[in-house]
Amino acid sequence: MAFDVLPQPSPRAPRVAAALLAASAALLAVGSYIGLFVAPPEHYMGEVQRIMYVHVPTAWNAMLALTFAFVSALFVLFKQDWRWDARLEAWLEIGVILSFLLCAQGSIWAKPTWGVWWDWDPRLTTTAVLCFAFVGILALRRFVEDPVKRATWSAVATIVAYVDVPIVYFSVKWWNSLHQTQSTPQTVASSMVTPLRINAFGVLFLMAGLAILRSQLARRKLAAELAPPLPESNRLEPTGGVA
Amino acid sequence: MSAPLRARDRASGPAEARPAAPRGVAATRPRGKPSAGPAAQLLAAFRKDLLLSWRSRAQAMAVVVFGATALLLLSFAVGPDAASLRRFAGGFLWVALLFSSTLALAESFRAEGEQKALEGLLLLAASPVSLFYGKALANWLQLLLVGIGLLPILVVLYDPDLSRMPALAGLLALGSAALSAPGTLYAGMASQVRAQQVLLPLLLFPLVVPVLLAAVKASSLLLLGDPMGQAGAWALLLAAFNGIYWPLCGLLFSTVIEE
Repeated sequence: MAFDVLPQPSPRAPRVAAALLAASAALLAVGSYIGLFVAPPEHYMGEVQRIMYVHVPTAWNAMLALTFAFVSALFVLFKQDWRWDARLEAWLEIGVILSFLLCAQGSIWAKPTWGVWWDWDPRLTTTAVLCFAFVGILALRRFVEDPVKRATWSAVATIVAYVDVPIVYFSVKWWNSLHQTQSTPQTVASSMVTPLRINAFGVLFLMAGLAILRSQLARRKLAAELAPPLPESNRLEPTGGVA
Repeated sequence: MSAPLRARDRASGPAEARPAAPRGVAATRPRGKPSAGPAAQLLAAFRKDLLLSWRSRAQAMAVVVFGATALLLLSFAVGPDAASLRRFAGGFLWVALLFSSTLALAESFRAEGEQKALEGLLLLAASPVSLFYGKALANWLQLLLVGIGLLPILVVLYDPDLSRMPALAGLLALGSAALSAPGTLYAGMASQVRAQQVLLPLLLFPLVVPVLLAAVKASSLLLLGDPMGQAGAWALLLAAFNGIYWPLCGLLFSTVIEE
């Protein structure tokens, strides 16, 4: 069972991904419209606060994506199945992109609100550290040529890095703190909850659709990489007339 | 012929088998039944790694000199103001140690790559867990020695409060242990790929951010005075990091080196 079944692309995957992406486009359009034009501006921060409608959903989903990567890594080690390696690659990349976007959005929000682009707040710093840690794992995947080693090692590195998340968070928290408390539906006025929820599901469907497409691509690449070379006699011979 | 290679040829002991040992000999020994207990294997691996480092001690000295150079360079980045240099001394010490650690950790696996020595060790039916802890303990000791080697330079350059030096040595032990466990795991991976010089720090540095934070905070408190008695809490964080990563990396190491 150890990585011996060649990964096959699933025939249903493109349709599922298309449905998810369409649903996400609709949700994000509605959620962003409500967030930008219907919801009231925040009392102290004014219009700047509207970035919350993308920032908070990005934060939730970034953590979710890296958790999915961690779960995929556990399955890679225990099941030794290429499909989980493909999922690991997909969730790692999505997690890195979302945590990078999270840092970027945080900086855009922090400049007008706090007056600085960057602040050494626990969540911001943890996200930046996470981003670097998982970029390192993506680099590891590029450097290892043997597919079995690549799968196992990146799974090991993902587990080691994921376990570090709470440690980084609490160490930075004790080190320095300024960030406002997390926004959850309980801490936000009800008129702001609706666009927040809609956008959260919008980003969730978006990343699920992308993850399906990316892991299908990874499966195809793995299948091409692992396929035995064609025997000499079956190779395409130049036929008469084409030469 | 390089120094570690000669060291391996001359040395004897259970973990010192020639890498080129005929495969048939190893195959007759059942894989599940090691000839020695795990503790004996661990000690043998630990001894072997220390012996290799001792035989190539010029390399180990070079790592300390590299750390000292890093201390000097970091001081240039701040400027000749004695008060701020003293304030940053704790941070300089740990950044210098972290940079040196990548050299020491990479070196600990370089000899294993030569003539497939690592495969030879695994053919001896030595358990990967014992190999990991032997190597990680040897790396810990070496990093600790590098750290202690940097202390006199630190004292000369920054003139810190000397009264808590024993506590600082204890802190160096905790911090270098926290670098050694994940560092040994990642060095094992990095040693087997191209671009290993860039891969090891790329993987290790983000991971040990909490170690750096806690160790720098605690060292600064020890060097500058600790009126609130906070250094203990940071040492506890280092101990917790060790408590998590020493078992975890030991568990995961076998999947990294097995074929």
